Amino acid sequence: MATIIIEVMPKRELLDPAGKAVHRALLRDGISDINEVRIGKRFELHVEGAATDAQLKMAQKIADDLLSNGVIEDVVDIRVEGN
Amino acid sequence: MRVGVVTFPGSLDDRDALRAVRLAGHEPVALWHQEHDLHSVDAIVLPGGFSYGDYLRCGAIAARSPIMADIIDAAGKGVPVLGICNGFQILMEAGLLPGGLIGNDHGQFICRDQELVVENTDTRWTAGFQDNQHIVIPLKNGEGGYIADEETLKRVEGEGLVTFRYVGINPNGSLHDIAGLRNESGTVVGLMPHPEHAVEEGFGPDTDQAMRNGTDGLTFFTSLALEGVLR
Repeated sequence: MATIIIEVMPKRELLDPAGKAVHRALLRDGISDINEVRIGKRFELHVEGAATDAQLKMAQKIADDLLSNGVIEDVVDIRVEGN
Repeated sequence: MRVGVVTFPGSLDDRDALRAVRLAGHEPVALWHQEHDLHSVDAIVLPGGFSYGDYLRCGAIAARSPIMADIIDAAGKGVPVLGICNGFQILMEAGLLPGGLIGNDHGQFICRDQELVVENTDTRWTAGFQDNQHIVIPLKNGEGGYIADEETLKRVEGEGLVTFRYVGINPNGSLHDIAGLRNESGTVVGLMPHPEHAVEEGFGPDTDQAMRNGTDGLTFFTSLALEGVLR
């Protein structure tokens, strides 16, 4: 069984309040050599057998249409594992 | 008028919106997200809440529910649509209003009586206000930070689409203090604060006159009957 992995991140230029909160927690724990934390999403689409070109195309489409909102997020990676 | 209020899984303020519609003299009609039936309503409210638990992105899944196809169609034909809070997020995810909403810049949920300035009264939901009238209605959200790219911001400012701006404080980091928008024709309006929670004395924000007697939100719903004042 193959897995199509889609990764979505908040746009670089936008604030990421959740990432900032985690960064603050790290600083509180005394971890000071990390400059920034950003939090994104990873989607796993499981398919039967090897992922086909058509399925990858479909993955690209749903990544753009549903899984991300181009106003606030970027799809940073689409890849297959287990093919 | 018959005014529909859509209930999605996770809507919270649908009952308050139905009540506001009734207090404004209209007939409230409950609409259901799974239906392809608008029950011949004359206007539609998308209420606040946390549709689908805010999964994926606020409003993203609700924007793709069956009834939204009919609402997008109706909005295209000029049926007035008001999106409140989560409803505003749904309108953006559905592409009916420009831009996006992200987590509050301070990282916390906020709940307060919020002062706004009504910058545009050429809409079906604000026609009853005076230009630049200041109003106070409750605000309660975690993801109310309005953002848009440079070009979109220029367009919403240039075309007068900014309908409400925060006054006093910017409670969530919204660009240009934007609290709410309209579409080009003024039929579709969306905002983060909640007019339906300020429609009845005794249950609204405090005013200089008395505690909890603020009813500025009622004008959103009574404005619907003022079609003739629109250009």
